[in-house]
Amino acid sequence: MSPLQTLRVAIRAILRNKLRSLLTALGIIVGVGVLIAISAVGEGAKQNVSDKFASMGSNLLIVLSGSASTGGSRGGSGSMPTLTWDDLQAIQNECSAVRRAAPALRTRVSVVSDEQNWSTEVQGTTPDFFIIREWQTTSGVIFTQADTDDGTKIAMLGRTVADKIFPGMADPSGATIRIKNIPFLVGGILAKKGQNPMGQDYDDVVVVPLKAYQRFIAGGFNAYINGAILVNSYSPEATARASTQVSRLLRDRHRLVDGLDDDFSVRNLTEMVQAQVEGVETVAMLLWITAAVSLLVGGIGIMNIMLVSVTERTREIGLRMAVGATPGQILIQFMTEALTLAVVGGGLGIAMGVGSAMVLAWWLGWSVLIRPEITLLAFGVSAGVGLVFGIYPAYRASRLDPIDALRYE
Amino acid sequence: MTDPLIRLASLAKVYHMGDVDVHALRGATLDIAAGDFVAVMGASGSGKSTLMNILGCLDRPSSGAYRLDGRDVSGLDRSELALVRNRTIGFVFQSFNLLSRTSALENVELPLLYAGVGNRERHARAHEALQRVGLGDRVDHHPNQLSGGQQQRVAIARSLVGRPRLILADEPTGNLDTRTSVEIMVLFQELGRSGITIVLVTHEADIAEYAARVIVMRDGLVREDRRQTPRDAAATLAAWPATEPEPVAPVAGGAP
Repeated sequence: MSPLQTLRVAIRAILRNKLRSLLTALGIIVGVGVLIAISAVGEGAKQNVSDKFASMGSNLLIVLSGSASTGGSRGGSGSMPTLTWDDLQAIQNECSAVRRAAPALRTRVSVVSDEQNWSTEVQGTTPDFFIIREWQTTSGVIFTQADTDDGTKIAMLGRTVADKIFPGMADPSGATIRIKNIPFLVGGILAKKGQNPMGQDYDDVVVVPLKAYQRFIAGGFNAYINGAILVNSYSPEATARASTQVSRLLRDRHRLVDGLDDDFSVRNLTEMVQAQVEGVETVAMLLWITAAVSLLVGGIGIMNIMLVSVTERTREIGLRMAVGATPGQILIQFMTEALTLAVVGGGLGIAMGVGSAMVLAWWLGWSVLIRPEITLLAFGVSAGVGLVFGIYPAYRASRLDPIDALRYE
Repeated sequence: MTDPLIRLASLAKVYHMGDVDVHALRGATLDIAAGDFVAVMGASGSGKSTLMNILGCLDRPSSGAYRLDGRDVSGLDRSELALVRNRTIGFVFQSFNLLSRTSALENVELPLLYAGVGNRERHARAHEALQRVGLGDRVDHHPNQLSGGQQQRVAIARSLVGRPRLILADEPTGNLDTRTSVEIMVLFQELGRSGITIVLVTHEADIAEYAARVIVMRDGLVREDRRQTPRDAAATLAAWPATEPEPVAPVAGGAP
């Protein structure tokens, strides 16, 4: 019997008891539906979290100076500058997992245009900063290494700053602003990044070349880095390694013997992303288990109904055997039936899962992400359930004795 | 033609029912030539059903040899027996055993499905078989729309569609009234004339009259084996008393 004929017979048998078949497939439908919906919501949430962190720059480490302790009062990270320019150089050159390192000196000052003023954070850095932070401009260009070295008075404005001091102007590139009364040319406007994971506004910033910062804003060269060093590693996997390498290097350079605390801190943002993603995954795991149990129950339902079907159709099986069906053909016939039932259930479940994910997205405003490979997986799982739970009833059918089967009442 | 179609040599079958061994066949020896029309008779428990099951390759003998069409089939496995049934044997049952909610045509096509015959040829051959049993105009009818006699005709069409060498009929008229029974016998005699070997189990002596040879089974052995001049079913039907009412109402058939 051709596969197509086998399928036709299977479909006909399923349609003979429409309601029963539907109820049987319900376990699979619910299981697959839940699976799809969870993965859509879970993946959406994960995407959301990692998007947020990606806006900070991926594979990012932030190295901060240590804390100043004066008579028991400790100032917190960055309060005592301990990182030197040589440290920066060493991180750049000696840590194999580090791709780039950039200083980020910062201070809060007022920036003034012809019309408005705005107190904001001014950062002095190198062009690598923009690469590490994955930050592009919407207009103008980022200053160059030459600008950095020469101390050219160029300022890159965050979107918020641009809006505050040049209200109503889409592109203030080329205009002049004053920082500490020094005129800076607006080199360009940085792309909007929104809030960082802690809720601060990324775009409320002005970035200037390092030399210009030191000369005109910080009021001279300082042996210590008054701010942070941003480091990015080659890959997410390399981030932890980079973190260890940087710590070890700095301890070494700062001559910290065993037992002494670090006089700096290294923050691994990838770890923070992972912590958040893990939170989402824990919840998702519970739901995955629910889906798995539902699929199991669905499978048992299929097995049960297939056993009923084999019993009901004992005479039919006997007749088919009498006219020449081999045990193998009977086995395949019933396997096909169970498989069809499961796969159709899986298909309906996928439709239901996608539908409910879309409803959640629209109704609750959740971000959902339906990954095609999950859909494929769900399909595969339902087919697997059909095969696993269909094999025993089909085997029973194939082992029937044609004489007894024909005589069965 | 030297070899008979069927050759049974000291065929025995023992069923193990718990502690008791039931000897259904105790060494039946029998030849049936191709084209013969044999009626097998015997009381229940005589071993005739067991004999039929073994002849039909539905069961295997405990000992003894069974050669069908020149081939020893007593040692074949289940799949090989299925193949032999499909290619060589057609079955007709007392309770018709048609698939319900399935058209006459599709019922007849069933053996060809398992033989792997392509769509077009399958339809053509099933149509032809239905025409041969006089149901050319009922191909789309379902069993519940057919009378008992018509259902048995569909079953006969199914048995001959695979062009078997042997048709085994187990009490084919057991669920039919007398006149319809004779109509069915007309059909079997026609098939017999076309060269198909027919073995028919019956306990009705008047049905056995239509066969050319009668075998009587008792206690698992062939006790009587006689040739006779078969009664002509067509002539019997032609001479049927006109006073007797025509069978009209469909007989309740035990379709699966």
